[in-house]
Amino acid sequence: MALVQIAAAGPVIPNYAAQSSSCEVHNRFFCGEWVSRNWGPVLWPALREHVLLAVVAVAIGFAISMVLALAAHRYAWLERPTILVTTILYTIPALALFELLAAPVGLNVYSAEIALVSYTLLILVRNILAGLRAVPAEVLDAAEGAGMSRRQTLVRVELPLALPAIIAGLRIAIVTIIALATIVYVVYDRGLGVPIHTALGEGPFKTELIVAGGLAIGLALVADGLLVLVQRLLTPWTRARAG
Amino acid sequence: MNTADTAHSEGPSAFAQAAELELRSVSKRYAGQRVPAIADLSFTVPAGEVCVLVGPSGSGKTTAMRLINRMIPISDGDILLGGRSVLEREPRELRREIGYVIQQIGLFPHLTVGENIATVPRLLGWPKQRIAARVHELLELIGLDAPDMEGRYPAQLSGGQRQRVGVARALAADPPLMLMDEPFGAIDPINRARLQDEFLRLQAQVRKTVVFVTHDIDEAIKMGDRIAILAEGGVLAQYDTPREILTHPANEFVAQFVGADRGLKRLALTTLAELKLVEPNGLRPDLSADGPRRVKLETSVRDALSLMLSAGGEPLTVVDDGGRVEGLLTMKVVENLLSDEAAATSPSAAQATSPRLA
Repeated sequence: MALVQIAAAGPVIPNYAAQSSSCEVHNRFFCGEWVSRNWGPVLWPALREHVLLAVVAVAIGFAISMVLALAAHRYAWLERPTILVTTILYTIPALALFELLAAPVGLNVYSAEIALVSYTLLILVRNILAGLRAVPAEVLDAAEGAGMSRRQTLVRVELPLALPAIIAGLRIAIVTIIALATIVYVVYDRGLGVPIHTALGEGPFKTELIVAGGLAIGLALVADGLLVLVQRLLTPWTRARAG
Repeated sequence: MNTADTAHSEGPSAFAQAAELELRSVSKRYAGQRVPAIADLSFTVPAGEVCVLVGPSGSGKTTAMRLINRMIPISDGDILLGGRSVLEREPRELRREIGYVIQQIGLFPHLTVGENIATVPRLLGWPKQRIAARVHELLELIGLDAPDMEGRYPAQLSGGQRQRVGVARALAADPPLMLMDEPFGAIDPINRARLQDEFLRLQAQVRKTVVFVTHDIDEAIKMGDRIAILAEGGVLAQYDTPREILTHPANEFVAQFVGADRGLKRLALTTLAELKLVEPNGLRPDLSADGPRRVKLETSVRDALSLMLSAGGEPLTVVDDGGRVEGLLTMKVVENLLSDEAAATSPSAAQATSPRLA
């Protein structure tokens, strides 16, 4: 009874004071009413920002990784330094990296994206290289014998055959980055990390945490599924079997 | 057996004819190796003929083949294709004019049968309709013209079908020269024999100049208009027709390489159609439809002799494709063939070589 009185006198959650419903006031495990009220102003924008953060990071990471992997494929001596540097980047704890970037770059989208991109590189470079390496020697021999230039061989033979490995890398990268982007709020207050962080600081009311966290998981699964579809469309030969 | 007028094109083509191939004192030395891989190799393949490069491993036969389309750079000497040095050509352009078939085939797994065959025409920038017409023509030529075949991926083909597609891909731009590196080496013996026969039929139609690499002397004898036997270090031991190599091996290495049964192998070069058979007077021909002592005209003397030995030396009944009796094959007929051949070869040459071979 005392709790209800306190809530009535001064709400626990000042942000939503005007519209506090009973399940918010009672700190139920999940409050559907809160979700429907905050979808428009809080959750939907956070989801859109999260998608943008992740897609931009993976797109830039993919472009950089492709250049690095092709260079290492062409000049074998580049492979060791490339893998070494991207591995070191991958091992830096995320929070530490955000802190490191905050001073020179600032608390903005650039810090966020630089950090996220740096975590995609190892995954993508390794997968692109593995895909290019797996092209059978006799196929390359046939391409050379048919009179293809090195570039024609790369574009018409090696990259298409590396596609399954490349897309496998993209799937790991996008799922990783969607999860990692929930802590971007440390330097840039956008994305699903923001409502999660708010909920963590708000005491017993956890609906916000559950919904935002669930959205991040769902987003990762959808992105993964979309890439599986893309692979099915782009590599029909991988499912072709005799019989 | 081939002249310029028989070496014709079989389709719409940028290269109308098969071309003569000439190797002039070609050598290949690898840095840091004292012994050359190919030493002073010279021979000429007339337009439209099949030249088989054969030899033990380490004889450089694949190396010699890959020097021709410059996939391995030449150290010394020159190679002329249709009278023109390959060294003057841009290597990629040269390779598009030379069909290339390898043992592992190397079909592009991500491309359909039709797209694989279209590889070189696409590189040459042929218009779409011309490529499509050429692909259909080739699928028909190799007997893979089932309606769904063109859209299949290599993984959906049998080994023999893949090999046929590999040959079709090499023929696509109607090249004047084909290089074939152990093309049937990975195929089981029964299908290999079938593919060999098929290729010989195809070759009779398209009349390409062919350089064919194998380590199998029997395949060399079967496929080659001429055989170049290479010894270790890429030295040419003998370059001649199969019959000459079997009758007069140039030295002990060749004699050993072709095998002690070279007399029998020579019999494999002659078919019953070329023999004077005995009239069935007095002897009873085997008239049963699938009798054990019936053989077809196109059977080799070697196989017929083997059958006759199995039948206890009894005469065989030789029939044509329609089953009509052509005559009888007896031991005497085979003996006559041998004495005719002995008379045809110069006795001095036979005596000069035989002591060294003994």
